[in-house]
Amino acid sequence: MAKTLYDKLWESHVVHQEADGTALIYIDRHLVHEVTSPQAFEGLKLAGRKPWRVGSILAVPDHNVPTTDRSSGVSGIADPISRLQVETLDQNCTDFGVTEFKMNDQRQGIVHVIGPEQGATLPGMTVVCGDSHTSTHGAFGALAHGIGTSEVEHVLATQCLVAKKSKAMQVKVEGQLQKGVTAKDIALAVIGKIGTAGGTGYAIEFAGSAIRGLSMEGRMTLCNMAIEAGARAGMVAVDDITIDYVKGRPFAPKAEQWDAAVAYWRMLHSDEGAKFDAVVELKAGDIQPQVTWGTSPEMVVEVSGRVPDLAQAKDDVQRGDWERAYAYMGLQANMRISEINIDKVFIGSCTNSRIEDLRAAATVAKGRKVAANVKLALVVPGSGLVKAQAEQEGLDKIFKEAGFEWREPGCSMCLAMNADRLEPGERCASTSNRNFEGRQGQGGRTHLVSPEMAAAAAIAGHFVDVRNF
Amino acid sequence: MDKFTKLDGLVAPLDRANVDTDAIIPKQFLKSIKRSGFGPNAFDEWRYLNHGEPGMDNSKRPVNPDFVLNQPRYHGASVLLTRENFGCGSSREHAPWALLDYGFRAIIAPSFADIFFNNCFKNGILPIKLDAAIVDQLFNEVAGQEGYKLTVDLENQVVVTPSGQRIAFEVDAHRKYCLLNGFDDIGLTLRHVDAIKAFEAKYKVAQPWLFN
Ligand code: SF4
Repeated sequence: MAKTLYDKLWESHVVHQEADGTALIYIDRHLVHEVTSPQAFEGLKLAGRKPWRVGSILAVPDHNVPTTDRSSGVSGIADPISRLQVETLDQNCTDFGVTEFKMNDQRQGIVHVIGPEQGATLPGMTVVCGDSHTSTHGAFGALAHGIGTSEVEHVLATQCLVAKKSKAMQVKVEGQLQKGVTAKDIALAVIGKIGTAGGTGYAIEFAGSAIRGLSMEGRMTLCNMAIEAGARAGMVAVDDITIDYVKGRPFAPKAEQWDAAVAYWRMLHSDEGAKFDAVVELKAGDIQPQVTWGTSPEMVVEVSGRVPDLAQAKDDVQRGDWERAYAYMGLQANMRISEINIDKVFIGSCTNSRIEDLRAAATVAKGRKVAANVKLALVVPGSGLVKAQAEQEGLDKIFKEAGFEWREPGCSMCLAMNADRLEPGERCASTSNRNFEGRQGQGGRTHLVSPEMAAAAAIAGHFVDVRNF
Repeated sequence: MDKFTKLDGLVAPLDRANVDTDAIIPKQFLKSIKRSGFGPNAFDEWRYLNHGEPGMDNSKRPVNPDFVLNQPRYHGASVLLTRENFGCGSSREHAPWALLDYGFRAIIAPSFADIFFNNCFKNGILPIKLDAAIVDQLFNEVAGQEGYKLTVDLENQVVVTPSGQRIAFEVDAHRKYCLLNGFDDIGLTLRHVDAIKAFEAKYKVAQPWLFN
């Protein structure tokens, strides 16, 4: 029978299955960061257990690390509670012999950036992390999803996860994207179409010629936001682009193992005629640059559009949500998106902090200046290696000359656990993935956009269509 | 994990859709390395009028009288009634920890986000999906009757209203078994150690590059 990519990934990892479909799934790669792991390591210690396969784990501190000066190391983290969390990760990794890229290691970065960058994420793998954006890794034809801390402990102790198979959804995007329209815009357009709960209970496979045309960076951006559509996992079939990206990376297979791996990876796609439980189709050529206006990623419109009117809401619950969102965001119905002025800009996060994202933003920023009304425009590379690459290409200079700040890698203002945040009422054009109330700082107002759109907004001081910029 | 068998609990209505885990427990409280103590900061930004940080004495903070859980009639609630897609966003298990610590043992909504839904079961909280129309009805009943309680009977998979209406709900057999007995998954999974080892041995031959 014709199988979906998801069927193949699922079936190849089932260790045991109960009558009700509850299965034990074997986990190949376990990524760990400092926020969701301390209680799991503690539980392991209390039970006198050890990690089942320590070689499957890769740890990195990313959420709490400062993006400014790090010369005094972990002891220089100003917030004592953040510092303790990073120290606790370091200690747990030492105690259990876990590979960790510490804060001042050049390989440090956002967990979802460094996994692929190191070749620690490979096609065909099951990848988990105590972080919902683990869906990112599905870009490699892997089954990757976020888990809670109890599950982090469970995977540490047993190398398995208790799970039930999801339904499969195909999101098909055919055709050619317009210039200036990116994977981020596809992601937001999909969420706008199906809603933030549209993918609940599903694993999404992104397919179609527009997806095949994306680079690995673009595919990661797209899969990253599968969770914002409600799907725990997003994935893309393996092709030459995948294999070329993986080749030669530090954790990738070498020599004869490489050939055997590639032969296997080539089978990681949905078979002709495979059945999906749901199919959503979009035409790539119709997708415009997207800007979120509200406090959920589904509250999104085209840059040429307006904040929607209550009359357009589907029911009373949505009307209530929109009214709250207008008030929180300080916007009125029918306002033009291009008339919204911004106070800050954030280019970074596991959605858009890879080299390609920075190149795209730098192309827009080059030779221009950040608008006077923009108090802060931050560029936070996804990893130390992305940062080094960008500096080698001179991107840091372009950004600095335009008035952006160039920072050290980490999650930064994506969730504002460190010192980078919005103040109450401040409005931000952000390349991150969540515009929830308070996400970037209490009272902060987030508009999600692509890196190009964020850079253009920084220069103009308000949202503009990057295609006419 | 505490067992969940039957609960007779006061119901608190949170009339919002898409309540995300950032709202349930804001990020500054995620810096804790413990599992407990999150209750006073559940819904922190809605619940208090000032900005909360870890280590503050929450009993001295100004509360937001407009936030539903601050109304005296809902104090001591153990059943949370809410709208669709509850628990979306971040995978933080701090969200169910905070709800549990606050006192909630059951959550009723038309739908839940997957990771949150899963995390609830790991912590002895029962999330119950009911039809949107029934949820609407319950919201009306709660609003109309102070001290409104529901009985949640996991064994028989029913919610019973004060008028005696019995509303059936679905729950996965495995999850029900774990909740009723207070079992955590690790102990259960370790009964399959041999199967895991056998799988691993075969797998290592087939895909040796995963074991470098
Ligand atoms: S960059 Fe943002 S979304 Fe990504 S892992 Fe960090 S906090 Fe989470």
